[in-house]
Amino acid sequence: MRELRSEVLVLGAGPAGIAAAVSAERAGARALLVDMQAEPGGQIWRGQWNKATDSTARRWLSALRASPVEGRYGLRLVDVPAPGEFVFDGADGPLRVHCERAVIAAGARERLLPFPGWTLPGVFGAGGLQVLAKNGWPVAGKRIVVAGSGPLLLAAAASLRSLGAQIVLIAEQSGWRDLAAFGSGLLGTPHKVVQAAGLWRKLIGVPYRTGSWVTQALGDNEVRSVIVRRGRQIVQLDCDALAVGYGLVPNTEIARALGCELRDGAVWVDMHQHTSVPGVYCAGEGTGIGGIDQALVQGEIAGCAAAGRAELAATAQRRRRGSERFAAHLRRHFGLRAELRSLAQDDTVLCRCENVAFGAAKACSSMRDARLQTRLGMGHCQARVCGAACEFLFGWGAATPRPPLAPAGLSCFNLSTSAENPQEPT
Amino acid sequence: MPPEISVRIDGEDVRVRGDCSVAAALRQAGYAATRLAHDGSRRAACCGMGICFECRVQIDGRERLACLTPVAAGMEIWRDA
Repeated sequence: MRELRSEVLVLGAGPAGIAAAVSAERAGARALLVDMQAEPGGQIWRGQWNKATDSTARRWLSALRASPVEGRYGLRLVDVPAPGEFVFDGADGPLRVHCERAVIAAGARERLLPFPGWTLPGVFGAGGLQVLAKNGWPVAGKRIVVAGSGPLLLAAAASLRSLGAQIVLIAEQSGWRDLAAFGSGLLGTPHKVVQAAGLWRKLIGVPYRTGSWVTQALGDNEVRSVIVRRGRQIVQLDCDALAVGYGLVPNTEIARALGCELRDGAVWVDMHQHTSVPGVYCAGEGTGIGGIDQALVQGEIAGCAAAGRAELAATAQRRRRGSERFAAHLRRHFGLRAELRSLAQDDTVLCRCENVAFGAAKACSSMRDARLQTRLGMGHCQARVCGAACEFLFGWGAATPRPPLAPAGLSCFNLSTSAENPQEPT
Repeated sequence: MPPEISVRIDGEDVRVRGDCSVAAALRQAGYAATRLAHDGSRRAACCGMGICFECRVQIDGRERLACLTPVAAGMEIWRDA
């Protein structure tokens, strides 16, 4: 197996990971940056590596280019066999990394909730279709319904529209009272207001409905229309795609596999981004959804701390508080309504990998029980999709991740010892 | 328009944009689904970021996620649909 050594290993090359790796090098440590995407940037800076149009992206990606940080992309973490040891799998086979300290910057994913028709081709996450389109998924001339919850809906709709899509409707499940409170709360962070105003300008003429949600997607082999509910009003809209996401949830699989403590579904960290496990840091969305400002600030702090020079992050520490206020504000105003728990019918698929129906899952008492009884969450995605849905639907906590963290070839695992000495007790 | 490249999808030669993901290339070539679920229903790219595994296909003999893999000239892609 290919092997690499590094002082600081940074897992994830989105804004938090890039800031962490660059800051660790600036603080005098050797850093290795690894990501499962083919190039750095994460989801928010996808496609910016070769053509940066965003000024913050340009600044950090140039800093990364100019830095001696070693980057390895297209590699997915599959195992953490021992402290300081990480095994990745990619197109060129496995890679084992030994490091002294690690920074987890694994970002967030969208919360996808089950409803009749949600497994049809043409139904995507909201950010999901946005990133697919950034990588060439054809949306020009397509009629798209954007639905779910949170500021990401506006960003996704604006981005899809700029690529030539026709946005039929944006359906936000939050009520207008919450949205008004969210909007006025932004006044404390002026650059967020400018961002929001910019998005709205790109969405002039697009119907936007609050207190509205998609109850069903219809079509034979692909989505052809959706049913949208608003109060007692129910309308059917023809479309070529549905982009629906119910906010973001922190990716905590790696942290949990390493034994890091969680709080409210996010990785607990101290003021230096240090987790409860010695030598393991976490930065960005993994510590709680807070957006790009929080990710960059925490990345800087984590990178300096992992290099043993926490004091170099003093200015970042001052910016940290503002980013935390925004994060708390976001959580307060985009809570999900109870009606979304009754969209799935008993025969609606809940676990997409193992095709476990909602009815079978709701008869279980926990994620672990559902795993044992129904194989829910035991397929390819390892509950990355249905886990967040079950948390909302049934209040179930996540089950402990077990290696492999993702499907991987046998060459990723040291199986030779036991195969050669089959009698040896272990 | 970016230059086009040739790839093989399910044994057929097709021309696709050279600057996109395999997921996008499949869609450009008119393939709506990437795999069949246990019950035979069609599935396709959904999360777009390597989380849901719905877009998994065989690329040059290895199972990989179409949304995370940049398309390259001469790639041999097989769907399970």
